[in-house]
Amino acid sequence: MTTNPPSLNKTPTGITGLDEITGGGLPTGRATLICGGPGCGKTMLALEFLVRGATQFREPGVFMMFEENAKELTANVRSLGFDLDKLEAKKKILLDHVVVERSEIEETGEYDLDGLFIRLGYAIDSIGAKRVVLDTVEALFSGLMDHAALRAELRRLFRWLKDRGITAIITGERGEGTTTLTRYGLEEYVADCVITLDHRVDEQISTRRLRVMKYRGSAHATNEFPFIIGERGFSVLPITSLQLNHKASPERITTGIARLDEMLGDKGVYRGSSVLVSGSPGTGKSSIGAKFADTTCRRGERALLFAYEESPAQVLRNMSSIGIDLAPWLKKGLLQIHASRPTMQGLEQHLVTMHDTVLAFRPSVVIVDPISNLTLDRTEAEVKPTLMRLIDFLKQQQITSLFTSLTAGGSATELPEDSQVGVSSLMDTWLLLRNTEFNGERNRTIFVLKSRGMPHSNQVREFVLSDAGIDIVDVYPGADRVLTGTARVAQAATERAAAELRAKDHERKLRQLASKRKAIEAQISALKAQEEAEAAEVNFAIAEQSLQIRTAAQDSEAMAHLRDRTSSREKPRKEKR
Amino acid sequence: MKARKPAAFELRLYVAGQTAKSMAAFANLKRICETHLAGQYRIEVIDLLKNPQLAAGDQILAVPTLVRRLPEPIKKIIGDLSNEERVLVGLDVQPVKA
Repeated sequence: MTTNPPSLNKTPTGITGLDEITGGGLPTGRATLICGGPGCGKTMLALEFLVRGATQFREPGVFMMFEENAKELTANVRSLGFDLDKLEAKKKILLDHVVVERSEIEETGEYDLDGLFIRLGYAIDSIGAKRVVLDTVEALFSGLMDHAALRAELRRLFRWLKDRGITAIITGERGEGTTTLTRYGLEEYVADCVITLDHRVDEQISTRRLRVMKYRGSAHATNEFPFIIGERGFSVLPITSLQLNHKASPERITTGIARLDEMLGDKGVYRGSSVLVSGSPGTGKSSIGAKFADTTCRRGERALLFAYEESPAQVLRNMSSIGIDLAPWLKKGLLQIHASRPTMQGLEQHLVTMHDTVLAFRPSVVIVDPISNLTLDRTEAEVKPTLMRLIDFLKQQQITSLFTSLTAGGSATELPEDSQVGVSSLMDTWLLLRNTEFNGERNRTIFVLKSRGMPHSNQVREFVLSDAGIDIVDVYPGADRVLTGTARVAQAATERAAAELRAKDHERKLRQLASKRKAIEAQISALKAQEEAEAAEVNFAIAEQSLQIRTAAQDSEAMAHLRDRTSSREKPRKEKR
Repeated sequence: MKARKPAAFELRLYVAGQTAKSMAAFANLKRICETHLAGQYRIEVIDLLKNPQLAAGDQILAVPTLVRRLPEPIKKIIGDLSNEERVLVGLDVQPVKA
């Protein structure tokens, strides 16, 4: 008996997500039990393990099947892009069909399963296999009667495999209503690692889930994980996306609508952030999404649109009616549109599909239109973790995401904010589109309810869709209410008219003033003239008087002088003055 | 053992080396054939350890396995053949009252 090494070696499976969940893969040299109900995908998982082992990890494998379905397996594997026939020819895979025909067998005494051992050993040696799948070993139980001997032999088989260092997968069918995992209690022998697959149908939608029930000697994720079997084989959504450690980029990107960027702190949204555009029907949410995609492609970056309501052709047609032409981006390969009905698969399956598509296409922007369809009929408790995984995953990839969501038709009683509470906490930016009804018409308004990390406008603006594209116009804060649409236009006209009138009034007043001024000026000049005249008169009078005075003075002087001269010849008279 | 006329029963016994079960099976088989199929049988012993590829080719799981190849249809009997009745039923042989 070989002693077990202290650290467990793991064999990578190459299956998307499974290696992350198991912390490296399946236990090397041990047997793993995969159990589940019929149609869960056990055989596919085992087969993919083998095929990837042969192609990616250079480990040939033997697939020992107890049912006749080699053709089916080959077809299934071909859809994943692997050619089983070629692999067989290259001796990387060996398919061995063991026939256990109950009717053919008569048990007549003691026996052991050495035939099987020899057969398996031969198969393993012939291609140097390191991996083996036994699908499904329970067929032996239905073929052979002596179950006690069979159990002993199975124990021996697993020891035999372990001694050879073969990593094996055993598939087992889940028992109906039994307390054991498998119908025949295989998990007792295969104690090292047990993975259960589940295929539930909930409200007509089927969900596939995987769970690592047991992994001896290793830490493993014990939750259930959704998976899909898609074009690239098994895809399990791993746990790493739930770590909240993504980077926050300071880069801002434009939404494609200039005035909307203005409302968002003048620069637009942060790269890698999540944007929610919610609103009642017909408010233009998809248009914003399409414009965002258009702008992204214009910059030369890739955009991925998940459309859950319209076909790609319809999206193109509808968006071209408002001047957004997405066709050239599709041709150039910068835009991909994935359309499907949300009811086609469960929410988790959609998530896995999105995950795979994003990893394959590597866009910088992802738009999901609408997300409300996916979350239809589900409780918040179910929706939130799944959306959280998606958003965390996108943020880790630094992908900017835009989600549109349909809220109930804007009734006055239900605030649109209330209906989105669960989802909105995951979003960095929330744009709310509303219909306002006034005076016989409904117009669209938009406002920024929240936008983390930036100053944003708190004003409601009118959102206008036209041939020329999307435009955001200031609403008119009227006397008692905000006016949009034709009311706005009417009001604008009225105010223009009023302004003109005022202007005219102004002019008139100015003219009046001018004429008054003239009149006053005329008066002033008249008064001035009068004043001058009077002044002149006064001056004249003064001048006259002073002349008189001067003349009188001169005369008296002359007279005095004369008197003086005459008195010198006569006797001076006494002059009394 | 060669019969003088063409053997009606062609039997193959698959063993995996010389184990107790294999030896017992062979001994039992000889005895049964002699008793009930005297002169009409042919036994071939195949050691899977020497010819492992035949385990797949002939779909042999258990050891020892006795395969009745002729007359058709093929019948498989597993075990050491200690239960004579079941062997006869399996081979579809009318027991000769001994």
